Amino acid sequence: MSEHAKVPADEEQTDDDADQAPVTTGAQSVVRALENAGAEYIFGVQGGAIMPVYDALYDSDLKHVTMAHEQGASHAADAYGIVSGDPGVCFATSGPGATNLVTGIADANMDSDPMIALTGQVPTEFVGNDAFQETDTVGITQPVTKESYFAADSDTVGDNVSEAFALADAGRQGPTLVDLPKDVTQGATDVEPAAPKTPDTYEVQEEADDADVQEAAETLADADRPVILSGGGVIKADASNALREFAIEYEIPVITTMPGIGSFPEDHELSLEWAGMHGTGYANMAISNTDCMLAIGTRFDDRLTGGVDSFAPDAEVIHVDIDPAEISKNIYADYPLIGDAREVLRQLFDAMPRRPDADEWREQVQTWKSEYPMTYDTPDDEPLKPQYVVETFSDVTEDDTIVCTGVGQHQMWASQFWEYTEPRTWVSSHGLGTMGYGVPAAIGAKLAAPDQEVVCFDGDGSFLMTVQGLSVAVREQLDITYVVLNNEAVGMVRQWQDGFYEGRRMASEYPWIPQFDKLAEAFGARGFRLEAQEDVEETIQAARDYDGPSVIDAHIDPGENVFPMVPSGGDNGKFALQEDHLEEL
Amino acid sequence: MTGGMPGPSPHDRMQPTGRRNKQGIRIDPEAEVTHEPRQAVLSALVKHKPGVLSEVSALFSRRQFNIESLTVGPTVDDDTARMTILIEEPEPGIDQAKKQLRKLVPVIEVTELDPTAVRRELALVKVGGEKPDDVNAVAEMYDGQAVDASTDSVTVEITGSKQKIDAAVEAFKQFDVQEVVRTGAAALERGPTTLEKHD
Repeated sequence: MSEHAKVPADEEQTDDDADQAPVTTGAQSVVRALENAGAEYIFGVQGGAIMPVYDALYDSDLKHVTMAHEQGASHAADAYGIVSGDPGVCFATSGPGATNLVTGIADANMDSDPMIALTGQVPTEFVGNDAFQETDTVGITQPVTKESYFAADSDTVGDNVSEAFALADAGRQGPTLVDLPKDVTQGATDVEPAAPKTPDTYEVQEEADDADVQEAAETLADADRPVILSGGGVIKADASNALREFAIEYEIPVITTMPGIGSFPEDHELSLEWAGMHGTGYANMAISNTDCMLAIGTRFDDRLTGGVDSFAPDAEVIHVDIDPAEISKNIYADYPLIGDAREVLRQLFDAMPRRPDADEWREQVQTWKSEYPMTYDTPDDEPLKPQYVVETFSDVTEDDTIVCTGVGQHQMWASQFWEYTEPRTWVSSHGLGTMGYGVPAAIGAKLAAPDQEVVCFDGDGSFLMTVQGLSVAVREQLDITYVVLNNEAVGMVRQWQDGFYEGRRMASEYPWIPQFDKLAEAFGARGFRLEAQEDVEETIQAARDYDGPSVIDAHIDPGENVFPMVPSGGDNGKFALQEDHLEEL
Repeated sequence: MTGGMPGPSPHDRMQPTGRRNKQGIRIDPEAEVTHEPRQAVLSALVKHKPGVLSEVSALFSRRQFNIESLTVGPTVDDDTARMTILIEEPEPGIDQAKKQLRKLVPVIEVTELDPTAVRRELALVKVGGEKPDDVNAVAEMYDGQAVDASTDSVTVEITGSKQKIDAAVEAFKQFDVQEVVRTGAAALERGPTTLEKHD
């Protein structure tokens, strides 16, 4: 389904077969399965139970990146998956190695990012005995994967990995895991792994029913106030071009979800950027007032919808999704279209009887753009504004620059004030909201796209959670610019405490914050301290010029808050633009 | 605190007229339809291998589907097991449960059985052994039979619909019930309809 789709394994093997020694162990079969599937990088951490697999890697051309922590391995693999479109691979040993991976696996599951995790396990005869470094990895990860496999036999372990790899990439992408008992990987076998193939019970419908498409198209063409809501599924399906063609041909305004950022160019006049809790005022106004929504590849997360009672309450909903279970899960679909986003967009393009008669609506939308501008003040007597840092960086970089983030206020500013025009340039943790995602994600993103510039905006709280990953960026000589928007607080929590907990700032302020520029230097990266607005451009330039990882410790206004804001469970159209609006709601 | 943007305040903006209910369905504000829970019998063919029961039960638990009973056992095909799951949910939840269940990799096929499907449950009831003849008489009323007896206890087996077993257990209460175990329902569609495996 993906434009990045692999050459089928049997074709790819032909040339290499001659110099590929036959497998002799389960571990070699595991590694062979990854090679056959087209894996390139492995992000991992060594350990007792996974050692046989690492030993087999010794003879492989697969590139291994030793991470500083298993959580980082899973986030790096996740980001690699987002940017490349192909499953990222991570390794960890049993017990704590596996449990440390879980956060990244759950993150990939929430955001439908393709990933395969391979974990060591204690030898089969010890399983169930509470052996050293034993945990029930399959049991722990089953709820947060598409499927977790327990490898039972050296002869079939390669097949398990092939299938897990294919499943991670198929249909609605997501993470899979194979748990590898040490005796299974160490055991002798001469069975080569099967070609990557999804399980026989796994069915994917690529095209929607033509009659349903026709009905949906008529409804959309009849709409007075149509919008397209483009989700992460549009990017996952490589449907961004199809979306652009459709929206531009039929002149329908486009709103994205956060994971959908980059699926439609934000500098296009039909773009309303993204909707949801901190989305633009104009996108949220359009959500509230549309009479027909074509929603593609979105699961209507609560951070997008606010309270469902007030979400697009006048709209007939056409919901395109490859996962039937997303249809009418959160928002009822009047016209469900099951299928691959690119295929269904093509079907809809052909089925549209005419352009919707929506001149007035498009004017209305433009009016909202001028009524609710995404602006910020930079008074001389106030400290550096984070929005200014993001906007300045956006202005000096190419369109294909990849932005990674952690989670919190900085993530919102990075999504609001950077202009995204290309798919797979926005790499963030959405559904799970994992603080600490940014540092390792930037590593995975850079390795997936070595020719593109990679910038990671982080918060001081997020950065501290995975800062050890800097050692990896330095060792691998990765040219990444980290910008810590430092307000010496877990800013989003602090913002909520001020707004909803009477300013009782329990455990949200970090008066013990390290000097991140010096910390960066200690890791062997280049560090910059940034405090004044007039130094922003120069500092960004210096950091970009440095060939290797650099960290800008940007000391921003600690009082700055993120707006617009739809309070949790609120009405999209009643977003607060300022603090006192919150009190009116 | 700083930050903030210009623009009309929340109450001075264009407002939609409609509304949705909790299930995200557009409603007539004058007459909200509430979806009452109903019982559904789901029948699923699954791969007969370790971990499948746990995968299915974990799904029902984490998605908060209200499950009344779940039975599982082998079929004529060694590789396939069959589950019968009774759930009680409002309509959108039943549909969700079916789709989420189908998404699990070891699940081969899922269907909701017709309300008229044949449903049977087995109960074993252990009662005090003081009045074995009376116990037998009640067991016969419910087509049951004593399957074990000692000087102090009699164990009776009853098979039938849930209602019949409810009634039987109630009737046995006159004899000092010591233990009851019920299997939960197993069900099959009436007539020639079967749940075919996909090939």
